[in-house]
Amino acid sequence: MLEISHLSYQVEGEEGQELGILNDVSLSVKDNQFVVITGPNGGGKTTLAKAIMGLVKPTGGTIRWNGTDVTDLDITGRARLGISYGFQQPPRFKGLKVKDLLALASGSKTLTREEGCQYLTKVGLCAGDYIDREVDASLSGGEVKRIEIATILARKTGLMIFDEPEAGIDLWSFAKLTETFKLIHQKREATLIVISHQERIIDLADEIVMIADGQIQKQGPKDEIFPQILANTSAGCTYLAKGANK
Amino acid sequence: MDQAEWKLLKEIADLEKTPQGAYNIRRNGQLDSRNNTANIEITTKTEPGKSGINITVKSGTKHESVHIPVIISQTGLSELVYNDFFIGDDCDVDIVAGCGIHNTGCETSQHDGVHTFHIGKNSKVRYVERHYGEGPGTGKRIMNPQTVVYLDEGASMNMESTQIRGVDSTKRETRIVVGKGAEAVITEKLLTHGQQTAESDMEIILDGEDATGRVISRSVAQDDSVQVFYPKMTGNTKCFGHVQCDSIIMGNAKISSIPAIVANHVDAQLIHEAAIGRIAGDQILKLMTLGLTEQEAEEKILDGFLQ
Repeated sequence: MLEISHLSYQVEGEEGQELGILNDVSLSVKDNQFVVITGPNGGGKTTLAKAIMGLVKPTGGTIRWNGTDVTDLDITGRARLGISYGFQQPPRFKGLKVKDLLALASGSKTLTREEGCQYLTKVGLCAGDYIDREVDASLSGGEVKRIEIATILARKTGLMIFDEPEAGIDLWSFAKLTETFKLIHQKREATLIVISHQERIIDLADEIVMIADGQIQKQGPKDEIFPQILANTSAGCTYLAKGANK
Repeated sequence: MDQAEWKLLKEIADLEKTPQGAYNIRRNGQLDSRNNTANIEITTKTEPGKSGINITVKSGTKHESVHIPVIISQTGLSELVYNDFFIGDDCDVDIVAGCGIHNTGCETSQHDGVHTFHIGKNSKVRYVERHYGEGPGTGKRIMNPQTVVYLDEGASMNMESTQIRGVDSTKRETRIVVGKGAEAVITEKLLTHGQQTAESDMEIILDGEDATGRVISRSVAQDDSVQVFYPKMTGNTKCFGHVQCDSIIMGNAKISSIPAIVANHVDAQLIHEAAIGRIAGDQILKLMTLGLTEQEAEEKILDGFLQ
């Protein structure tokens, strides 16, 4: 179980004032649940996900994973306790091959070619074409993104966090990806936290958390929250209110 | 040979026992052992004052190898060696050279090797050269290799030169003249640390029509080490040349990369790319999220880069 209590992340603004990126966020995610975090850009979703992985050090509050307080643990320590995070914009590595990254992720020096290829297939990549390629600038953004997701699948940890996995991915691969998320959830293999704006991913969730202005605005079962989000999507837009679409 | 010398052989030529095929092992300035085959003959140079060997490969020799490692375990030994290769036409051979110095004393040990290749028509040569230094002594370990290659029509040379740690000072010179339809591919990998210095001066001359040249240089400079690269590609006719230099800089190291491309013909197509930068922070973070420590992540990134 993941338990986030009163989490805050404040940074100093240009004029020395405190800016709250995350303000008193509390959230509990039960084992093997599928939670989608959604909300407007700049609302604090990625910061929250990074804080769970240890990539951002919160200025207040605590994070517990499976009963262990991980708030002061570094990234490596959290990774070894079973937390994974798929970067929104993954880095490239000159010289490191796809199979090297998958082997590192799986923690097995003897990851077979077949095992590596299975992870790539799950993210819609034709495995034979990619397994021996370098994760460098010769790969497109969408390809690197899918390889990134494959590394998280290879880790097989208890908590998998994906930060906008759909970004940059083509329609066909996206269909494969949603199918993979669905299977992980059905088999109850991991707790999934996915930051997403995609209806097809939101549709898979048990629970939706909507974050805006560094705070949880809405939280609850998908069937309850999703209609509310759709209803509010354009209501507050002054341009639409003035009839700009007429 | 003692254990330390076998270790050197393993590092530079991946040898755990005497190799198959033709070989010439030079140890502390003297011939240690040699083997010729029906197609490959190694002879000692007879010119007065010129130490070294001639390696002659008969035309049509396929899938054979030549190992010519040099090891120095005697402190204070300094040598200049000339090795000349005469590769016939239509050959396909692997050549493994390299030098290992184990210096336990306080005097400088130095090996300067001049390798000249004459590669015949349509012959393929893979040339692997590794330089390695070790030993607890305060004496310097210095290596200055010079490689000169003449590629005849349709011939190819795939040269891989590696120096990972242990060599205090190196100045390497490489000059390759590429004939009609011939191809030269040079991969250079270098890691320096401490106070080490490395300079690489390379010139590829694309002299024959449809000649191709590629230089891939990857280096890592750590601590206070200094590296200087001068890769130069010259196109004298219709040809294609590509120079790519990538370096990772760490600590207080200094790297200069000064590539040059020179076109002396309207159909010479030449490209150079050069980049120097530190390890990107997000690369380290990504590998840490896979469970590696910061130090393990850094090592993995460097290993991959120099792979």
